[in-house]
Amino acid sequence: MTSPAVWASGLRKRYGRRQAVDGVTFEVGRGEVVGLLGPNGAGKTTVIKMLLGLVRPDAGEVMLLGRPGTDPGSRARVGYLPELFRYQPWLTAAEVLRLHTRLASTAVPEAEQRECLGLVGLADRAGDRVGGFSKGMQQRLGLAVALVARPELVVLDEPTSALDPIGRADVRDLLLSLRERDVAVLLNSHLIGEVERVCDRVVILDHGRVATSGTLAELLGQRELRLRLEGVTPAAESRMGDHRREGDTFVVPIGDLDEVPDLVAELVKLGVRVHAVEPGRITLEERLLDIIRGGEAA
Amino acid sequence: MRIVLTIAGLTLREAARRRVLRSLAVLTIVLLSLSAWGFSRIDAEFGGLTSGESKFAAALVLNLVMFGLSLIAALGTAFLAGPTVAGEAESGIALAVLARPVRRVWVLLGKWLGLVAFGAGFVAAAGAAQLVIVKVTTGYWPPDPATGLALLAAQTVTLLTLGLLLSTVISPMASGVVAVGLFGATWIAGVVGGLGKALGNESVERIGTVSQMLLPTDGLWRGAMRSFQDPSLLSQFSEAFEGHPFLSADPLHGAYLLWAAVWVALVLAVAGLAFQRRDL
Repeated sequence: MTSPAVWASGLRKRYGRRQAVDGVTFEVGRGEVVGLLGPNGAGKTTVIKMLLGLVRPDAGEVMLLGRPGTDPGSRARVGYLPELFRYQPWLTAAEVLRLHTRLASTAVPEAEQRECLGLVGLADRAGDRVGGFSKGMQQRLGLAVALVARPELVVLDEPTSALDPIGRADVRDLLLSLRERDVAVLLNSHLIGEVERVCDRVVILDHGRVATSGTLAELLGQRELRLRLEGVTPAAESRMGDHRREGDTFVVPIGDLDEVPDLVAELVKLGVRVHAVEPGRITLEERLLDIIRGGEAA
Repeated sequence: MRIVLTIAGLTLREAARRRVLRSLAVLTIVLLSLSAWGFSRIDAEFGGLTSGESKFAAALVLNLVMFGLSLIAALGTAFLAGPTVAGEAESGIALAVLARPVRRVWVLLGKWLGLVAFGAGFVAAAGAAQLVIVKVTTGYWPPDPATGLALLAAQTVTLLTLGLLLSTVISPMASGVVAVGLFGATWIAGVVGGLGKALGNESVERIGTVSQMLLPTDGLWRGAMRSFQDPSLLSQFSEAFEGHPFLSADPLHGAYLLWAAVWVALVLAVAGLAFQRRDL
């Protein structure tokens, strides 16, 4: 079972004159949690829909859990929460889950289905019609639908868009528990903090292409040092290299924290008064903005 | 096959739980009550009619009421068929369902089967109730009620198949409106064709024939009417049958029935292709 959970190669899709997805290639390993990031209109939802056979790609290939995406059977162990989540309003929550286990051809005992509803906080609403649910409750139900048929891959498209802060924290816990159970997750979310906390790897899309991808350590590897300084001479400035200034704070990129004592000592030797030294890390948000702005400038 | 049956069951449950069934039931009860009252008046007011004339009146009004029933069935199923594909695609309900390991064709076939069961079940129940009402109030019993009801059901199936095809390509409301509009237009074309025949005008007659080929609802309806009429009426009142919208002079040919079946299969296949290619 070495085939990845998702293998997508050269996916392309054009809507009229707009190239929505332009040669997207990426992988999600078994048991890996991968975040799909990018600005609005970057093609994230279209890519997800092409993976699941909901949108026909103009070109490219998809393999899910080792089977070609053109074979519906490849989705037998895939759970999906769409961005546009709506479930049959005339059914009860429990009936929706039963329908989905049947469609997935997976025999899931009634008790396990109820447990799944409990997991998303809907245990006491199992017998209520979905038509009477709030948006947040429908999204919780959608999560239960994605998880009910014992998936090996879960695709979540904006899973917290309608949830309150408690709901978001619940989803985070849920994602972490999926990772513990070795379930692969492809997560599309605008909440970068969410992605940063739970994802092993990130794929950033922009203008329908993969702008960059890698582990968080690879993408955020660059550390920085924030120094509050006084009496900075040109010699000291050149010692700090490719830095930027925010008021009296100098932000200096560094490769390793071990460089800090030497840098500070040298600055002091150059007559600079050092008030504060604060090591920091580039956030995913800053990295994403860099990439998107870079893309726009190009 | 399991998926087809699951979706068919889901479609039936949708019809039962949504307002469609309740509105259909209310409309049908109103129509049946009115017809019961009407039929009882035929007997009471026209006591002086000969047995042939009262049989003629009963058959004529029966056809009229059956047309009302078929209209209710057509409206009901056409407006169920629209939302079931186009509506679910628009609202997002289809996304979670079609991301399961199912072929779209199975889902469509399941929906069709559910709608067929619903439409045919409605026609059989309401039509049988109507026949009993006529029997009790006037004593008239059509010569071939089972064939008549089967043809009425076939008419409903034809229209809902068209509705399903339309709903794979256009919006839910539009597909219902277009399906019912075409149904009405074909019926009118059939009446015009009947008048053309009565007047001996071949080109006008052809309007009816062509429209009955393009959409077999009217042809099947005329076959159903024929099954509800006593055969003796045709020889007795042959002039009245000419160009009459609620009497049918010509029997339905087996070839036409075959064409209707092929038509349904073709339209369903095209709907399957259109649905398969649709981006959600």
